[in-house]
Amino acid sequence: MSREKKSDVRPAKLESGLDVQAVYGPEDVERTGGWDSIGKPGEYPFTRGIHPLMYRKRPFTMRQYSGFGTARETNERFRWLIANGQTGLNVAFDLPTQIGLDSDAPMAEAEVGRVGMVVDSLLDMEEAFEGIDLERITASLTINGSAVVLMAMYFAMARKRGHDLSTLRGTAQNDILKEYVARGTWVFPVEPSIRLVGDTIEFCAQHLPKYSPVSVCGYHIRESGALPHEEMAYGFLIARAYMDHVISRGLAVDEFASRLSFNFDIHGNFLEQIAKFRAGRRMWARCVKEEYGAKDPRSTVLRMIAGGGGGGLAIEQPELNIVRTAYYALASALSGTQTMALCSYDEAYTIPTEKAARITLRTMQIVIEETGICDTVDPLGGSWAVETLTNEMENKIREAMAEVEHWGGIVQAISEGHLQAHVSRRAHEREKAIRSGEIRKVGVNCYRIEEEEPAVELHPWRPEEVDRARQRLAGLRNERNGARVRQTLDRVRTAASSGENVMPAVMDAVEAYATVGEVMGALKAELGTFSEPVRF
Amino acid sequence: MTTRVLVGKLGLDGHDVGAKVVCRSLMERGFEVIYTGLRRSPEQIAATALEEDVDVVGVSILSGAHVPLLEKLARALNDAGLRDKLWLVGGVIPKGDRETLRELGFSGIFPAGSSPDAVAAFIRENAP
Repeated sequence: MSREKKSDVRPAKLESGLDVQAVYGPEDVERTGGWDSIGKPGEYPFTRGIHPLMYRKRPFTMRQYSGFGTARETNERFRWLIANGQTGLNVAFDLPTQIGLDSDAPMAEAEVGRVGMVVDSLLDMEEAFEGIDLERITASLTINGSAVVLMAMYFAMARKRGHDLSTLRGTAQNDILKEYVARGTWVFPVEPSIRLVGDTIEFCAQHLPKYSPVSVCGYHIRESGALPHEEMAYGFLIARAYMDHVISRGLAVDEFASRLSFNFDIHGNFLEQIAKFRAGRRMWARCVKEEYGAKDPRSTVLRMIAGGGGGGLAIEQPELNIVRTAYYALASALSGTQTMALCSYDEAYTIPTEKAARITLRTMQIVIEETGICDTVDPLGGSWAVETLTNEMENKIREAMAEVEHWGGIVQAISEGHLQAHVSRRAHEREKAIRSGEIRKVGVNCYRIEEEEPAVELHPWRPEEVDRARQRLAGLRNERNGARVRQTLDRVRTAASSGENVMPAVMDAVEAYATVGEVMGALKAELGTFSEPVRF
Repeated sequence: MTTRVLVGKLGLDGHDVGAKVVCRSLMERGFEVIYTGLRRSPEQIAATALEEDVDVVGVSILSGAHVPLLEKLARALNDAGLRDKLWLVGGVIPKGDRETLRELGFSGIFPAGSSPDAVAAFIRENAP
């Protein structure tokens, strides 16, 4: 007989609103939905992971986000990361490239090469990947607003190097809907943007069957304030919006669904994140099979990159971020992610220095090489706590999806700014909860120390490199075949206005060395630009 | 009279979580807030500040482009006759750049991690 009174027990809640019990037993799993949905690893509905042997066969891919300055500087960092054991690339582009401006555009002036590498033309894409084996090291392009152009450049670069596009692997982020809610690199209005995502999915289904044209990001919406169950819910609804669009164009779900992938966040309560992924995996499998009628089991599999966790890191006592990211790496691995990327401890201040980037890479390598957790598939499976929370999380995700339906569905909620307002309200609540100490952050609202503002080494931004990019662009504008560029840009406009798939025309244009700004300009002339709804 | 605060996103940076949290916190404390939305040029921010007759101009930049962008914004605000308003900046602002920004006229500098309370207190104390 226990002598503790209920009032002695410290209350504990998850961010998603679920109550945490002090003790879980088999009856809790029964009460919340039972054991039936757990199944085996590699079998529908994939609660325990999408492969029968998971990391025992191949550990997660390590894919740190990197890119800065010019293609030449970025290429050096890529090679350095690969030499240090990184197994994939995750390319950061600068803001002008991300919103489709050339480095000589007036609005671009101050921002060239700051938060990622500058790409003006195919020349830069070629230089960025020089000497990198595209078959051994796959690249993920973090590009959204201008994704059609940068994807076309990547494909054109691979083709020039003699690769057969039908076997080319890789991923583009290309999730424009989340850009309206978080991250902010939108260009075109919502509907034409969905159509362009559809163009890439269709083009890849026809010509690049191994390439993943979209990585749907709950990640950034979570980073902007959404709660863990909302992150999954909004990600799924966005993925469904793309699927509905592509199906309305006549593609069958099994022609493209297996190439969709996801990007999710890992900071927050440890078990809550793991439950979130296990619940999410089986919800997605059921959605694609039962609601979309997929016959191919590969279509129903939720493949993901998990990690990051920037929202959980702090400016205060920055070395503590190394410890935090180690836990995030552990949670990501225990969640069964296919790919991992982590924020570096200095990332709140700067592009990660080599030292910080290496520590982050080594953190993932320690999980693989030293902890032993990659030896057993889903080692937490069957835990009463984890299975109960997984069942409960499924309901929370479903509730959050239903709420969006109340706002008129995901596309309307985004077009009108409802989702943006909701997410920023969440960020404000979180900020207040951290200030009040309700959410505990070590070094921030407890265990603070008097510290000089931490001296973090800053990654240098080299204006001379930026000048070099601009000179190269000026040279290119003189040297290329201007008539061919104009012709191909006209074709882009015609394709955009007629509703045909723009990708073949964009491929021709980038192969003629039309610039990012020129191709995007042609598309903007036909598709218009987004005007942001400001709502509180 | 209520203090009117413009919160603007200057440049191409799309990270607006902090700017929006500051907006909400200031509104909660009784300030009138005008939020510009993303991707504003220095000239657009100055024009909005003039049009809305604000007492405070605060901008958020996390892309690292704050020095060149704020040089231009300072010029645009001076040209618009808004030198007497309180100018603030928040975002990823390394220590080494702060003196330059103060010299430009940005008297309130709030590096990432600053609390909205500090922003509100600074405005109360210093707004014209």
